Amino acid sequence: MKAVYFAWVRERIGKSEEEIEPPPEVRTIGDLIAWLAGRDEAYAHAFENPKVIRAAIDRAHVKPDARLEGAREVAFFPPMTGG
Amino acid sequence: MPTIRVQAQDFDAAAEARALSQGRTDIGALVSFVGLCRDEGGRLAALEIEHYPDMAEAEIARAVAEAEARWPLLGVTVVHRHGTVRPGEQIVMVATASAHRGAAFAAAEMLMDYLKTRAPFWKRARRADGTIESWVEAKDRDVASAARWDER
Repeated sequence: MKAVYFAWVRERIGKSEEEIEPPPEVRTIGDLIAWLAGRDEAYAHAFENPKVIRAAIDRAHVKPDARLEGAREVAFFPPMTGG
Repeated sequence: MPTIRVQAQDFDAAAEARALSQGRTDIGALVSFVGLCRDEGGRLAALEIEHYPDMAEAEIARAVAEAEARWPLLGVTVVHRHGTVRPGEQIVMVATASAHRGAAFAAAEMLMDYLKTRAPFWKRARRADGTIESWVEAKDRDVASAARWDER
């Protein structure tokens, strides 16, 4: 699946998007955050406080317990500051 | 059919609002809100606004659908900019039309509250001395303001 990152999540990871292939035991958004955080120091820094990370699957907001089955694009970003 | 646009360029808020009621005789109330970039007492040179293309439009459309389900609206327009916005420039506009003012005011306020907390935009300040500040933090009061609409 494709992973996309925005704002300081993007900056800390050092890229705006990538293809990822998480193992089958990574079932939810929360699992994916933990899996990504274990990749290296940059990812660990980006995901050091999972509580402030917001996520979307296929361009709709989801909660950490959302399942990844069928997801084409997952996104991670900080709380939004539009308007 | 609501008008929803996410764009880098400025917009004509008066023309956007006027278009909602043009040629119609059923609209009795038209509320237009424009959010502007402040200079924070001269310290801010510009806002850099990042967004998630496609999701931004989709999320605004979901907020508009919620507003339309809640109030008898006769027209909605939302325009949100991304990229560089300087002090005094427009960032966002919401215009709502209805037969009566109560629905138009309430829907415009709800849409702005939702835009602040749910639409995928992130602001960062560029200072007058050229330095880029860290990302603007989400405000608890914006979250509380948006949560009001969930309780009703």
